[in-house]
Amino acid sequence: MTATVYAAVDAQTLADAVGLGAIYALMAVGIGLVFGVLRLVNFAYGQLIMAGAYTLAFTAHWRVVWSIVACFVVVVALSLLMDRAVFRPLRGASPAVMLVTTFAIAFMLQAIALLVDIRDDTIGEIATSIAPLNQPTTIQGVDVRKITIVAVVVAAVSLALVALLLLRTTIGLHMRAASADFGTARLLGVRANRVIAFAVLLSGLLAAIVSVMLTVQFPFVGPDFALRDTIVVLVGVVVGGIDRLWTATLGGFAIGFTTGVINGALPTEQTVFLPSAVFALVILVLLLRPAGLFAWGRGAVERV
Amino acid sequence: MADAPALSIRDLEVRYGAVPAVRNLSLDVGKGEIVGLIGPNGAGKSTTLHAIMGLVSARSGIVKLDGHPVLGRKPESIAHRGMALVPEGRRIYGDFTVEENLRLGLAARRGRYGKDVLAGAYELFPVLRDFRKRQAGVLSGGQQQQLAIARALVAQPDVLLLDEPSLGLAPSLVDDVFAALAEIREGGFAVLLVEQRAQRTVALADRTHVLSNGELRLTLGPDDAGDTEKMVAAYFA
Repeated sequence: MTATVYAAVDAQTLADAVGLGAIYALMAVGIGLVFGVLRLVNFAYGQLIMAGAYTLAFTAHWRVVWSIVACFVVVVALSLLMDRAVFRPLRGASPAVMLVTTFAIAFMLQAIALLVDIRDDTIGEIATSIAPLNQPTTIQGVDVRKITIVAVVVAAVSLALVALLLLRTTIGLHMRAASADFGTARLLGVRANRVIAFAVLLSGLLAAIVSVMLTVQFPFVGPDFALRDTIVVLVGVVVGGIDRLWTATLGGFAIGFTTGVINGALPTEQTVFLPSAVFALVILVLLLRPAGLFAWGRGAVERV
Repeated sequence: MADAPALSIRDLEVRYGAVPAVRNLSLDVGKGEIVGLIGPNGAGKSTTLHAIMGLVSARSGIVKLDGHPVLGRKPESIAHRGMALVPEGRRIYGDFTVEENLRLGLAARRGRYGKDVLAGAYELFPVLRDFRKRQAGVLSGGQQQQLAIARALVAQPDVLLLDEPSLGLAPSLVDDVFAALAEIREGGFAVLLVEQRAQRTVALADRTHVLSNGELRLTLGPDDAGDTEKMVAAYFA
């Protein structure tokens, strides 16, 4: 048994796991940025990604680059619309109200997607144009899918850019201040609407990037696209420690990586146990470190 | 009247539910003046500052900043118009560096500024320059208070509101804070100072209003600081 597990966790599995971890890390940053300034866990984040995936599928006959541009435009616009139409009027509402509202948005967007999708009498569309990135390439005898390399590079660059923006720019400083203590930030003249809109914009951009990378790997797009990934990432974010962006990011990466490894290690006929295995680990982690896996030196915090 | 006072308050009323916290409060603070606001706990001193800054909504009254009404505006908008509050408990960002805290103060600064925009703050409180790359959380209480005041000043506000800046400080540090306030007055700022240290406030301020149960009871001048009877009477007014 041990031997088969070892054999299964080979370089290829690890490469895939790193790729999935990278994508989940980006989603974690997208969720964490908005949580930071709004104290809102946006459950509808996955539906932004789903909208991007549908855009890629519906524009599959366009040139790839325009198709990707369209995906970015749709996701970012939807993200800003969500803020303007829902989050802003609800600002100051209790966290429970906001959370339930994002559930409602998620289901509404899914229903809309279904209505749009079903017009051709079948559920699901295939994003054909960007699928070739999913082909493998061989690096030192290990087959690595091109998208894995792209995902890791894009994630690393995106994370570095987000970090630079937060640490080196004025708007980044304002966002960090708003995350740490919004009341004092406003007192000092930090404009709440601007900071929140910027966080939402950034979070939307990340969702668009994730959209493209997930669609390459899973070109069959349905209304529940990215739903499971979002739930897993939300769990990862909480496991990592949601009140800090970098711990949330690490949590996202960790759960993506773990999912990838367990998926590779489980014999093919037993992958149905994947969620059970992952969530069993999550329970264990939260029992041992309730404040988050990476929240060193901090006491336990109250969680939603 | 040639010049409108930097801060002018007329008939301010603030309620928490049915409970009036501040009633009929009127006062003026001119450029280059320190006006004190003293009174027992729960008298409504902090509430007054919060209402001026837009943190709590006033039921009625007028607050004018350089002649322009500001009541009902958002705190960040009031900050951009030239009002700065040094909040009770300092509220500095402990995880940020001293310099980042000061740069946050620039959020409300009007007009363009150069690279050495923080030089004035460092001149007033040299210790902040020495610690500018350190996390603000490791500073002592007195240093954090200096940082909080400097952070408000870099915005170059017309009106500076201070909520108990000497709270929790050792006596020698309290001296530093009051000395800094005198220096700030020289800079032409209009200062409204809420304090528990009545005697020192009365001695420093151009005039000091005594607030009790949400109403102004008495106004004292610097000469009254030595008059113990008057000071005690003020608190039982």
